[in-house]
Amino acid sequence: MGRLNEHPAIKKAIALVLSYVIVQMLISTNIISDYLQVTLATICINIILAVSLNLITGITGQFSLGHAGFMSIGAYMCALIVLRMPTIPGFLLGVFAGAAAAALVGCVVGLPTLRLRGDYLAIATLGMAEIIRVIFLNLEITNGAAGLSGIPKFVNWFWLFVFTAGTILVISNFIRSSHGRACISVREDEIAADAMGINTTKYKVMAFTFGAFCAGIAGALYATSFYFIEPGLFGFMKSIDVLVIVVLGGLGSISGSVLAAVLLAVISTLLQSFPEIRMVLYALLLIIIMLFRPQGLMGSKEISLNVFGKLGDLFASRKRRV
Amino acid sequence: MERLLQQVVNGISLGSIYALIALGYTMVYGIIKLINFAHCDVYMIGAYVGYFCMSYFRLGLLPSLLIAMVVCMLLGVAIEKIAYRPLRNAARITVLITAIGVSLFLEYGTMFFVKAETRTYPPLTGWLARIFRIGNVVISMQQIVLVGITVILMVLLQFIVKKTKTGKAMRAVSIDQDAAELMGINVDTTISFTFALGSALAGAAGVLVGIYYNSINPLMGMVPGIKAFIAAVFGGIGIIPGAMIGGYFIGMVEVFVSGYGNSMFRDAVVYAILILILIVKPAGLLGKNVREKV
Amino acid sequence: MAILKIDKLSKSFGGLMAVSNVSMSLEPGELVGLIGPNGAGKTTVFNLLTGIYVPSSGTITLYRDGREIKLQGKKPHNICKNGIARTFQNIRLFRDLTVIDNVRIAMHKNVGYGFLSGIFHLPSYHKEEKMLTEKCMELLNIFKLDHKKDEYARNLPYGEQRHLEIARALATDPILLLLDEPAAGMNPAETSQLTELICWIREKFNLTILLIEHDMSLVMKICERIYVLDYGMAIAEGTPDEIRSDRRVIEAYLGEAANDA
Repeated sequence: MGRLNEHPAIKKAIALVLSYVIVQMLISTNIISDYLQVTLATICINIILAVSLNLITGITGQFSLGHAGFMSIGAYMCALIVLRMPTIPGFLLGVFAGAAAAALVGCVVGLPTLRLRGDYLAIATLGMAEIIRVIFLNLEITNGAAGLSGIPKFVNWFWLFVFTAGTILVISNFIRSSHGRACISVREDEIAADAMGINTTKYKVMAFTFGAFCAGIAGALYATSFYFIEPGLFGFMKSIDVLVIVVLGGLGSISGSVLAAVLLAVISTLLQSFPEIRMVLYALLLIIIMLFRPQGLMGSKEISLNVFGKLGDLFASRKRRV
Repeated sequence: MERLLQQVVNGISLGSIYALIALGYTMVYGIIKLINFAHCDVYMIGAYVGYFCMSYFRLGLLPSLLIAMVVCMLLGVAIEKIAYRPLRNAARITVLITAIGVSLFLEYGTMFFVKAETRTYPPLTGWLARIFRIGNVVISMQQIVLVGITVILMVLLQFIVKKTKTGKAMRAVSIDQDAAELMGINVDTTISFTFALGSALAGAAGVLVGIYYNSINPLMGMVPGIKAFIAAVFGGIGIIPGAMIGGYFIGMVEVFVSGYGNSMFRDAVVYAILILILIVKPAGLLGKNVREKV
Repeated sequence: MAILKIDKLSKSFGGLMAVSNVSMSLEPGELVGLIGPNGAGKTTVFNLLTGIYVPSSGTITLYRDGREIKLQGKKPHNICKNGIARTFQNIRLFRDLTVIDNVRIAMHKNVGYGFLSGIFHLPSYHKEEKMLTEKCMELLNIFKLDHKKDEYARNLPYGEQRHLEIARALATDPILLLLDEPAAGMNPAETSQLTELICWIREKFNLTILLIEHDMSLVMKICERIYVLDYGMAIAEGTPDEIRSDRRVIEAYLGEAANDA
């Protein structure tokens, strides 16, 4: 057992398989009802969105207010493919085509706009997302304001798990690679990073494109979870929703984003019975967090699997003492 | 030709509203470098205050306008004091998110009290309801009042900023907060004053939009808010005449795109202009590029 | 054969000539000082050399491995990749990152694994990261910062921050090192320690060094040649002794300092 604990990759794999199996069992035994499964899908999609926005805003320091735009590209691309190819290969093709399309747009939009700083970039990305929305609103193939309905549902816990865990793993790996550190240096001090040989534009565009790719996946999962999409779903408010998760969890903390996505889903489920004041409380929560804990729940720290290891050690030592 | 003139008339009317809102954005940004997302909701509150004054208390246009301006002024100052002042030295993104929070709070708080449905402003009567025709060009009294009040308010604002001591303090704080403080300027008061001015203008814009378009709802601020911000960016954010020029420009563009093109793309064109401006001249029409000192 | 040639370099900021018609040349392995009164344009020269500003006119040429590389108009990261590294007058470390990450980031240009290896942590990732960490530790060892590798840069004392900035610049594997007031804010003991360190790293890393400094004891002690700037113009060039006795320099700037030294 001690040997196993020393291998982080193995530990990680065990934790992943365990969490998959446990949830799957809860679903099979109907402890997670159909209703809760909808919440589960929302949580997973929000995790993907938040983690990928965190890569752009928290890690690379580029303030984006247009994440929903990328999400909508993934959603529409996937929906259009799946409506014509309602098979599993069609679904997978849809997800990757959606993600690739979002990444492409991210790259094209990012190249000129990422020269802008801070607030200007935020406004430019907001404008970009709005333009994407207006385009979907006016295209014939996307059925305008009425949206696309009757999209076959493919997403179950298995696919949710694959894509969510995949996104988290890939992005946290990225952050711990040299490319990820280059992104962090851009956030810390762009001029110093540039002088140290980091091609800052390249890494900003890389983070933006990579983030857009993941948002595209989230959009594709959304379309194949909820049967129906329309441009209004991917407006400014959706981008804000994602931003709130990221900031609540802590800018730069991937585990914080995951935690916050779950927490907000729980809060919003609890507030379901008070629809009138749900948004008011939500807004108040946002203001209070910013006033009293501006660094978010986790700051820029991460919960690692070591926490579980340490808990295990603690447990073991206590046993021995007994 | 007449159609063109009609569009110009409509463009100036719409532009006046954008300009009034844009002034608030630009002043606040100029002084504390914050995109005050809640500003557009102050404008919405202004519209509601005007509505209640006119339909429940049966007040005339002018008293309603003044009351709305005062209420918004107080609201703006309160927002700054409660939500932004404690974060004066926090990261920009923190304050920005607080601003988004305040915006959501005002929108949904209002919705809680007045319900989500759209309300209709009481129709104007008497001399205010008159319509002038010059050939086939229609100019309503509302439009004249709208533009007239806007111009008066702008002149007043220019006077305050350029000629008064407080205006001088505002300009000093926007250039260098610390230096201004060392020179004995009360920075807190000056920032409050800036919020008061901007919010009062937004309140006025709310009432004017109410009488011009008749219908108001709790989420009415979002789209005009973003567009007014674009107007401020267009003219060069932080620069007061820039916001006025930007406001009228965006108003004209919108009216012309809907008049001669596809009104569905009206918003997209405005956003495209924004992105273009940001890429070509991020400092805006009247702005200067500043470099970070290394 | 020179390693760097600056020819009639000028930079104006909206009419103000910050640097005008400056020509300089550095020989391989030299340690050259750039001095001048405040506002003489020394840091602007550095910013022009490292691509942070684009020159209004003039050329900057780096000679490396028998090639002639024109630097004017190139981006800072490109200039860094060609072998020029720098420190900043007002320390610009990545304050919220650890000491070792500061150095690791500067080594990024020599990292061989690609994007895919980075996101999937393929074997090449592990191999290269291990090598990277070893190289960083060697470098930190030289600056006696190895035991503080996991400390946040902002928590280091001032002198160590200056040292870390030099270590970070060295991590980019330069042939020419530009030091912008490395001794600013240090006490005499720290300054003399730094003086030794600069001489030592020049030998060890086979560097050419150009440094801006106000501390005349340091400049006069270690520089082989000195350029003097005043109002953006190069007014003198020579050995420390020549500079000490140059009438124009004394008039412009040295004055008492020359008598003291």
